[in-house]
Amino acid sequence: MKVYVPMDSAAKALGAEEVVAALQEAAPEAQVIRTGTRGMIWLEPLVEVEIDGIRHGFGPATPVDAAAILDGSSAKALGPVDDLDWMKRQTRLTFARVGVIDPLSMDDYEAHGGLAGLKRALTMTGQQIVDEVKTSGLRGRGGAGFPTGIKWQTVHDSDAPQKYIVCNADEGDSGTFADRMIMEGDPFTLIEGMAIAGLGVGATKGYVYLRSEYPDAIAVMTRAVEIARAEGVLGENILGSPHSFDMEIRKGAGAYVCGEETSLLNSLEGKRGVVRAKPPLPALEGFLGRPTVVNNVISLATVPVIFEKGAEHHASFGIGKSRGTITLQIAGNVARGGLFETGFGVTLGEVIDDLAGGTATGRPFKAVQVGGPLGAYMPRSKFDAPMGYEEFGAEGGLIGHAGLVVFDDTADMLGMARFAMEFCAVESCGKCTPCRIGAVRGVETIDRIARGDADAVTILTDLCETMTDGSLCALGGFTPYPVMSALTHFPDEFSTTKEAAE
Amino acid sequence: MQSAAPTPTEDEIAALIESNADLEGPLLPMLHALQESFGHIPRPAMQMIADRLNITKAELHGVISFYHDFREAPAGKHVLKICRAEACQAMGGNALAEETLAKLGLDWHGTTINGAVTVEPVYCLGLCACGPAAMMDDRCVGRVDRRRMDALLAEAGA
Repeated sequence: MKVYVPMDSAAKALGAEEVVAALQEAAPEAQVIRTGTRGMIWLEPLVEVEIDGIRHGFGPATPVDAAAILDGSSAKALGPVDDLDWMKRQTRLTFARVGVIDPLSMDDYEAHGGLAGLKRALTMTGQQIVDEVKTSGLRGRGGAGFPTGIKWQTVHDSDAPQKYIVCNADEGDSGTFADRMIMEGDPFTLIEGMAIAGLGVGATKGYVYLRSEYPDAIAVMTRAVEIARAEGVLGENILGSPHSFDMEIRKGAGAYVCGEETSLLNSLEGKRGVVRAKPPLPALEGFLGRPTVVNNVISLATVPVIFEKGAEHHASFGIGKSRGTITLQIAGNVARGGLFETGFGVTLGEVIDDLAGGTATGRPFKAVQVGGPLGAYMPRSKFDAPMGYEEFGAEGGLIGHAGLVVFDDTADMLGMARFAMEFCAVESCGKCTPCRIGAVRGVETIDRIARGDADAVTILTDLCETMTDGSLCALGGFTPYPVMSALTHFPDEFSTTKEAAE
Repeated sequence: MQSAAPTPTEDEIAALIESNADLEGPLLPMLHALQESFGHIPRPAMQMIADRLNITKAELHGVISFYHDFREAPAGKHVLKICRAEACQAMGGNALAEETLAKLGLDWHGTTINGAVTVEPVYCLGLCACGPAAMMDDRCVGRVDRRRMDALLAEAGA
């Protein structure tokens, strides 16, 4: 009997280890296979039992459910996992294998389409590889949405004795966990993507800068790199070709700003994670001053499927200039939270009312913060906004890394605006004044508003303009998004008359 | 687990410095290695790192103090990180944190008198669909309520 239980940290945080122990005790002969998570976090720990070659789900499982799950009598039976509405409605390109395979089995990986992309890339020239990525329409999934192929072209065209591929796995935005999920659930896809990037631009060395808050992801990635090296996917003459590519996992040290690419590079070099002015672009002067591709985990992890199924296949999904799939991370106060991968273009309302099933508390929806701590708070009036880079931008929002944090009607929007400024003050690298000083003044100004000072609203608005226009990177530059969106969409909570009336 | 190890010897420190010295960008791996072994960056390591990497002690201090992770004094036996980020706030994270700190009589970064637990804020553990979240040493816990928090603290001996 084959039983599948996720080893994803969200599943473990909800008791997967205890469930595994109970299953093993109840049926010592059963083969328990650890996987990533399917992304239905409200059902975790989700146990899957293979019956006649079909995986049937049971969840959320607790240790006392073990015996009933094994004999099929459990009331937590969900039926075949692939037939669940949440799974059937997705277009899983990047996350196709996550939750399905044993993350550290290269055989499983290959049996589910792994390495096909790398093998194809090995038959192509660097320029052909870069062109394929351009044709796919892939854009930076970390949030900026910069066309990946153009970035690769710059590094490809540069002439240097050493070039690098750096994977930004410093996923610090609240409401985002797609990077963690793929690194824990399908690490070889990231490794393969980085190897293809290396072939494309002529880089032989890669680094994954992985945040220290993800100990499980660090352990899985580290092990996966060792296995890939042993299997000849990394190292000299990868897969028997004349090409070489190797990589290392580097641990961050708890600085949010290191998710910004230039501070990440400084940190990787062993310096303070201070933002660098651009130009020079990292593509020309990146890690140790060498041409460097810096891409987000999801961007790089999407590369293998582009080469496996072809650029046109990837480009056939999405809307406008947002091609391919968006890996929505539905989080916060929601009935059904988790990861949902679908073509760009799904509307905000569909995600929250339909997929997420409203709030976890059952109270009315109030706001959703899209794109992490630097993203705007959107009210219900924005529910028609389509999730595409330009389309969502036109509605005053940022898709960012596609994390959505939902709040019910108890949320204190002035408090959330204050938190955004406080967070910026804590995490500012200190290089530019609008961010370093502005964030501190922002907290003070919001406190003045809370005390009933009507003039402070104008000052806050002016301060936000200065931060937007004058900051060196997105931390100071985008902190005004949550602050101003809270002020614009929920003016009553900043209103002094309300304070006075109370 | 961050355990209070005995005072490290110069040889032990030198070995950890040397084993990372040939990496590209060796400083963060070096500091992590020292902290993993000793629970903090031991003072005698400062001059040794500076000498090995040909940087000033001021530069080194700049790096260590920039990152939230590194500490120049040992933490408690266990480190409890409570998420303060938005997704956990949406599920009552603030109240949980305040209650926990009040119960222990601590402020953020404080250590219980018996040295069992240091409580620190963390901004996102990637458990945003099962908040509020916390992490005891390297073990993640989701949907933390009062009961789970009490169990965690009891287990850690707080």
